[in-house]
Amino acid sequence: MAKVKETAAILSQEQLAKGIYSMWIHTEAIASQAVPGQFINIYTRDGAKLLPRPISLCEIDEEGKKLRIVYRVAGEGTREFSRCKAGEMVDILGPLGNGFPLEEGAGKKVLLIGGGIGIPPMLETARRLEGDKTIILGYRDSQTFLQEEFQALGTVFTATEDGSIGVEGNVLDAIRQENIQGEIIFACGPIPMLRGVKEYAAERNMGCLLSLEERMACGIGACLACVCQSRGIDSHSQVKNKRICKDGPVFWAEEVEL
Amino acid sequence: MINMKVNLAGVELKNPVMEASGTFGSGAEYSEFVDLNQLGAVVTKGVASIPWPGNPTPRITETWGGMLNAIGLQNPGIDVFVKRDIPFLKQFDTKIIVNVCGRTEEDYIQVVERLGDEPVDLLEINISCPNVKEGGIAFGQDPKAVEAITRACKSHAKQPIIMKLSPNVTDITVMAKAAEAGGADVISLINTITGMKIDVDRRTFALANKTGGLSGPAIKPVAVRMVYQVAQAVRLPIIGMGGIQSSEDALEFILAGASAVAVGTANFYNPYATTEVVKGIFQYMEKNQMEDIGSLVGAVR
Repeated sequence: MAKVKETAAILSQEQLAKGIYSMWIHTEAIASQAVPGQFINIYTRDGAKLLPRPISLCEIDEEGKKLRIVYRVAGEGTREFSRCKAGEMVDILGPLGNGFPLEEGAGKKVLLIGGGIGIPPMLETARRLEGDKTIILGYRDSQTFLQEEFQALGTVFTATEDGSIGVEGNVLDAIRQENIQGEIIFACGPIPMLRGVKEYAAERNMGCLLSLEERMACGIGACLACVCQSRGIDSHSQVKNKRICKDGPVFWAEEVEL
Repeated sequence: MINMKVNLAGVELKNPVMEASGTFGSGAEYSEFVDLNQLGAVVTKGVASIPWPGNPTPRITETWGGMLNAIGLQNPGIDVFVKRDIPFLKQFDTKIIVNVCGRTEEDYIQVVERLGDEPVDLLEINISCPNVKEGGIAFGQDPKAVEAITRACKSHAKQPIIMKLSPNVTDITVMAKAAEAGGADVISLINTITGMKIDVDRRTFALANKTGGLSGPAIKPVAVRMVYQVAQAVRLPIIGMGGIQSSEDALEFILAGASAVAVGTANFYNPYATTEVVKGIFQYMEKNQMEDIGSLVGAVR
């Protein structure tokens, strides 16, 4: 699998919720080899903003050579992306990182957990996971997104911090309150959520795969900016550090210290 | 016939372009994008006598036209480096420059001696990292310390040594002269400029280390000025770096007095930057009907 930098055409741009946008892009080389859980680097056109923005893949259409990203406007760089219109071009690099090992979920009862802007990568993951899927999505408030897409793929439970939709609280509150059972977890979301999910899985001796994020520069494993702490000595770094961009972003929960 | 070969302390590079230490790992990751055979040299990430874990995250943040980093010289230690990274680089027809870091003089000497029998062409001694508490810049801001660490490394080194200078000093020429007095073979500059960014929403420092090293196009004019000053002050060949993202940038450094140049932060936003610079310098020489790159070195006085 070769990483490629290419200039891709924007096919559509749509606002899904407050500050949350969805963009479909046509890519000649990246979509055909991408897998769920991977990400792409997107470059701004503003020369003063040097670093690419790493954004996870929400949907992958291999045959149509299309990728969908659903992203949050977190600053000026992502604000620029949100203003791009269909027909415009954007520079991207990918596919980056390792996806979710889907085979780990085969034949098992899988819990797919997404929190906030960690929800989008779970969509393609859910689509490609075979078998029994329960999807638990956590939002801050009624500004939800991707609900219909997930409902087409499995049983969906929703938690909102303000209780406006579904269970009041976080994804773990939803799991406990709805008595959701599973054998393995695939999760992406903010660190406090992942910490809770890791603890929950450990208590029940469940397999647990977590997708992490951190500030990145290169996105390919060279600059050592985006490390997370690992439980043991990592074979590449020779210290208790793993590169999220290259060794991750998906790790077994027991491999990493959150 | 265009000659892009340059000579650094007896080591002939096929062209003057390398990448700056710390922006390229040991070349493996970027070899997916660029043909390392096309580079004059590959400069490795700093390596110490034992593995270093580096600093807590966040380790980087973007700034206007640049970025701050405080990686803290995370490295796998010389043992794994020698077993894994040098054999990888030996597959390519390029020169190998190993960046050496340490907390104490003994640390530096240990790495320098260990590399003596390895197929390494040049050693770059890092006395300018602003992101570690001991070693690094502590050796690079006092001329007596610069001279002493240079002499210590030189006396134990089998390969020619490059002293990498910090811009975080009052007068860069004082440090360059100290390195020359200590027996340096080559000088490289500039390392990053110490900076700080504050996250106003979280009301905290953007980097866990509070300060970091500023790199990228924002620092290029400072770097060009310092290369020019050092070129006037010492007789040693210079590797110029600091914000180079195009062949035009590289040529500024060469005209200011650098015999070779390194592309750093640009790799992060353009993984093809190094080979694009090589190509661009060639085209510039072709267009201006120049035969020898040496005629450009320090041509602006």
